[in-house]
Amino acid sequence: MSRKSRIIKSFKRNASAYMFLAPWLLGFLVLTVYPMAYSLWLGFTDYDFTMPDATQWIGIGNYLKMFGPMFGQSEFMASSGELIRADPYYLKSLAVTFTYVFVSVPLKLIVALGVAMLLNQKIRGVSFYRAAYYIPTLLGGSVAIAVLWRKLFEKDGLVNVLLGVIGFTDLPGWVTNPKYALWTLVLLTVWQFGSSMIIFLAGLKQIPQEYYESASVDGATKVRQFFSITIPLLSPVILFNLVMQMIYAFQAFTQAYIIGGGSGGVLNSTLFYTLHLYLQGWTYHEMGYASAMAWVLLLIIGLLTALVFRTSGLWVSYGVGE
Amino acid sequence: MKKGTLLRHTFTHIFIIALGLLMIYPIVWMIISSFKPNNMIFSDPGIIPKAVTIDNYISGWKGYAGTSFGRFFTNSILMCAGAVIGNLIACTMAAYAFARLKFVGRGFWFAVMMLTLMLPAHVTLVPRYILFNTFGWVGSYLPIIVPKFLATDAFFVFLLVQFMRSLPKELEEAAIIDGAGKVGVFLRIIVPLASPALVTVALFTFLWTWDDFFNHLLYLTTPETFSVSRALRTFVGDAGAVTNWGGALAMAALSMIPPFILFFSLQKYFVEGISTTGIKG
Repeated sequence: MSRKSRIIKSFKRNASAYMFLAPWLLGFLVLTVYPMAYSLWLGFTDYDFTMPDATQWIGIGNYLKMFGPMFGQSEFMASSGELIRADPYYLKSLAVTFTYVFVSVPLKLIVALGVAMLLNQKIRGVSFYRAAYYIPTLLGGSVAIAVLWRKLFEKDGLVNVLLGVIGFTDLPGWVTNPKYALWTLVLLTVWQFGSSMIIFLAGLKQIPQEYYESASVDGATKVRQFFSITIPLLSPVILFNLVMQMIYAFQAFTQAYIIGGGSGGVLNSTLFYTLHLYLQGWTYHEMGYASAMAWVLLLIIGLLTALVFRTSGLWVSYGVGE
Repeated sequence: MKKGTLLRHTFTHIFIIALGLLMIYPIVWMIISSFKPNNMIFSDPGIIPKAVTIDNYISGWKGYAGTSFGRFFTNSILMCAGAVIGNLIACTMAAYAFARLKFVGRGFWFAVMMLTLMLPAHVTLVPRYILFNTFGWVGSYLPIIVPKFLATDAFFVFLLVQFMRSLPKELEEAAIIDGAGKVGVFLRIIVPLASPALVTVALFTFLWTWDDFFNHLLYLTTPETFSVSRALRTFVGDAGAVTNWGGALAMAALSMIPPFILFFSLQKYFVEGISTTGIKG
């Protein structure tokens, strides 16, 4: 084959591959790269959706607006000479979101692993039970369930009726009480452990039964076997679940929006980060500020993911016994 | 079986069943309660209703602002169908390139695609909204459907890549020897062989679009265009107050029928989809 025909052949091969890749590539450029660059820029402006022509560059104004209250600053001058008021609810939304993520994700994974181990035994009807346990996950993200949850945990809701039957009186309205509202959302999230459970179940099936048998022969207790065999061999799956669930939890929106009735709930007790971002951007038209908030969210998620991966060397083991 | 083991098995079974019932109790209660008269819904925590009525379905079906739930269901189904078609075409094409073709920059683009998996949607949210608004698309289904035709759901590309990599190469090679081009191989070999994974993609695309609320809240602005999930929100007032709980529960129960049907008829694809990629939930 001549050099020229080789070049033509290679060009053809690349061209046909890129033809298949074209929709994704176009989407990536137009709907990911360009919007990311644009929102990074917007984050340094006071872009208002209703009057885009009045947009001004305000430097790190939006970021001061978020974190100013941490340093006792309630207002400051932006580089444009504009007076900017700090956002009194930003840090609250950050605190709500962190609490939600750091409580709900570990709890969800623990429950998922517990149930997966329960179902990993040789019992009849496992696929049936697996389906039953998956149903809340199947429907859990929907508005329907959020509406239901709102009603279950109201003052005269089903939960209080049931608790009343077993003798409790003077019960609060769980979703309307700022002390408890966030915990009803945590419960709602933990209830949807189905996907993690299925992933754990698939991981557990990969662990050779002989490990447990020989550990038993050596006299290792069930608890010992759990910590010395199950956890190490499952650790890559745990890492994976942890990272993915964490990323999703930071972006939780629907349940808080519905249960809070389109706001952050009583005293902003359920003001999730993304809910605050939505309200800033779409209710108050502060889209520059919303963009800056989105970038901080990206940084938080990125840093935490990196941190989890960094520390994973300490507790995740790959390829043991392979 | 030893006696002790039998006893333990029985206990395990009872525990699993009890836990399972507890898990699905709220949903079962919701379905049952939607058939109770409005004033009896919360006075009665039981599963067996004391009186049965379909009034809630009649009052709920009326919908919102003169638009009935018949319209909302039609809207949702059409929107989901569009999303499914988009994902099937675009994600499969991208996955075929990544899994089966050699080209300059493959490693780079694949890494980039995997990175977008972890990207929170919010960093692109505002500019996408501005972009779709300048196209005049806000208030239509285009902002929800068009991105699917551009394979923005990296999850599905990844799922399909994983699946296609596991397919045997021989059939493809045979087809090439028979003179088939890349397109021929794709349509006649890869697509049929990958059909189990395609079912998984279609399934999850449908469910996520059906259950999605955030995009519907942003882009569906008039009652005539509302999806089911967007319409359900209208039962909950801005202070969280609901006047017609019976209607809300009835329509919420109805909205669960399509996911239920899909789940029970295609359960095996669910399990495969989740365990190969760790699909969210």
